[in-house]
Amino acid sequence: MQVNISKRVEQLAPSGIRAFFDLVLNMKNVISLGVGEPDFITPWHIREAAIDSLDQGYTSYTSNKGMPELRKQICTFLKHRYGMSYDPEEETLITVGVSEGLDLVMRAILNPGNKVLVPEPAYVSYSPVVELAGGKTILLKTDITNQFKLTPQQIDKACVKGVKALMINYPCNPTGASYTKKELQAIAKIIKKHNLLVISDEVYDELTYEFDHTPFASLKGMKEHVIYFNGFSKAYAMTGFRIGWACGPSKIIAAMTKIHQYTMLCPSITGQIAAREALKNGFKSVHDMKNEYNRRRRFIVKALNDIGLECHSPEGAFYVFPSIKNTGETSMDFAQNLLKQKRVALVPGTAFGASCEGYVRISYASSYDNLKEAVTRMKEYLHGKKI
Amino acid sequence: MDEILEILSNDARITAEEIAKLTQKSVDTVKKTIKKYEKNGTIIKYKTIINADLVRDSNSFVRAIIEVSVSPQKDAGFDHIAKRIYSFPEVTSCYLLSGAYDLLLVVEGENLQTVSNFIASKLSPMAHVRSTSTHFLLKKYKEDGQILKKKPQGKRLNISY
Repeated sequence: MQVNISKRVEQLAPSGIRAFFDLVLNMKNVISLGVGEPDFITPWHIREAAIDSLDQGYTSYTSNKGMPELRKQICTFLKHRYGMSYDPEEETLITVGVSEGLDLVMRAILNPGNKVLVPEPAYVSYSPVVELAGGKTILLKTDITNQFKLTPQQIDKACVKGVKALMINYPCNPTGASYTKKELQAIAKIIKKHNLLVISDEVYDELTYEFDHTPFASLKGMKEHVIYFNGFSKAYAMTGFRIGWACGPSKIIAAMTKIHQYTMLCPSITGQIAAREALKNGFKSVHDMKNEYNRRRRFIVKALNDIGLECHSPEGAFYVFPSIKNTGETSMDFAQNLLKQKRVALVPGTAFGASCEGYVRISYASSYDNLKEAVTRMKEYLHGKKI
Repeated sequence: MDEILEILSNDARITAEEIAKLTQKSVDTVKKTIKKYEKNGTIIKYKTIINADLVRDSNSFVRAIIEVSVSPQKDAGFDHIAKRIYSFPEVTSCYLLSGAYDLLLVVEGENLQTVSNFIASKLSPMAHVRSTSTHFLLKKYKEDGQILKKKPQGKRLNISY
């Protein structure tokens, strides 16, 4: 039988680096700086809570919106941490990671032809979720000269007819860039001016090193404009539990919940119980992990610049996004040669957008010993190329 | 805790140069700070945690936890009697506790006989020692914050977005 795949899916740009990923996954004895998740195992008290819940027979569905206790805890946490007020019943939805939330919000707000501003580089799912929902993306390019940050002028200029929303992610995967309160306030003015929605992915918020993180929704007058996304994966090293949340205007959350209840039903109850324990007693572990990442960040930024790869100092997350332009190689060639010759894995910048040619993403969520060894091998590689 | 101490408490062999990179302090400052800690007794010693089960014949090594009740002495309190006890090399740890007994000791010896001998001939007859209660240790799972088992291999994929 001849099966035709939907036009929308067929038109989605295929991931050009799938083959490279397969190459890495099949190779042994690799030092990997290519991983987009913490290298810590979920703290024991959280794992123990999950085990205990299974022991007690918590194996059922939960409310579509997520366990009421967890939603309440999240809202209390946001109130204490950032002074934000959200209603756990009407303005909060527990999702299967932030990824599900981003898909839901796009399907909830977009009509065919609506446009969404998406920064580049950005996390790989940003453009696809817009396009799958029938929207169009307008890419806003950032680079090392502005520390990979969007500027208010750039957003203002891009606001042509039909632009409905801006996606923003800070601290950013893949660049580690983040915004100060002042920088965000300047962007908020443009948001007001064009009456945009802001899809704000702040899953790395707890890993901010240079200043205090400011949620976009906490800015004056912004709550009604913002759908705020966060989750447990990065701060609590819980990627495999797949628990995130969305907070925003009740009308949008209700629309998202409608889709979520037909497609996902609810995230796993084990994950939700683990998340409750993380919020209750996890702060110390977050603090310890953050200190450790910060040390590695200082080390890697200096080490990369020392071996001749220009690297800005990122304010958050656990990534650096150095330029490899002086090697004369494309990102993909650099990544492949480094992997084959020196057994170091990293992600070519082009994975995060065509304009990121000449950059690579390095994750420092790897042990200090690994980082040291990887830098030594990269140095050897560059020496071989007389750099 | 000072970040330098935090780093050293996890890896005593790390160099001052490396600590400087991790903390963004100058090498000189790091060296001076460490000297200061060594001098004022904050850093007492650099030692290695060894999983004794892997290097010693476990049949020729025993360890006992001993609860000791003592009579405190006028003016000296528990310190004097504690010193008399902890000065024996067989005693590897000694703590003063609140509760049902006073001192908690960890005592090591080559076999049951040597540890029993130490208790019977040295510890129990000592003046001011009222009673002892000995527990022989069967297995060590964790010591000084370290789980005494080889860490399992990481389960992450080598690459992901």
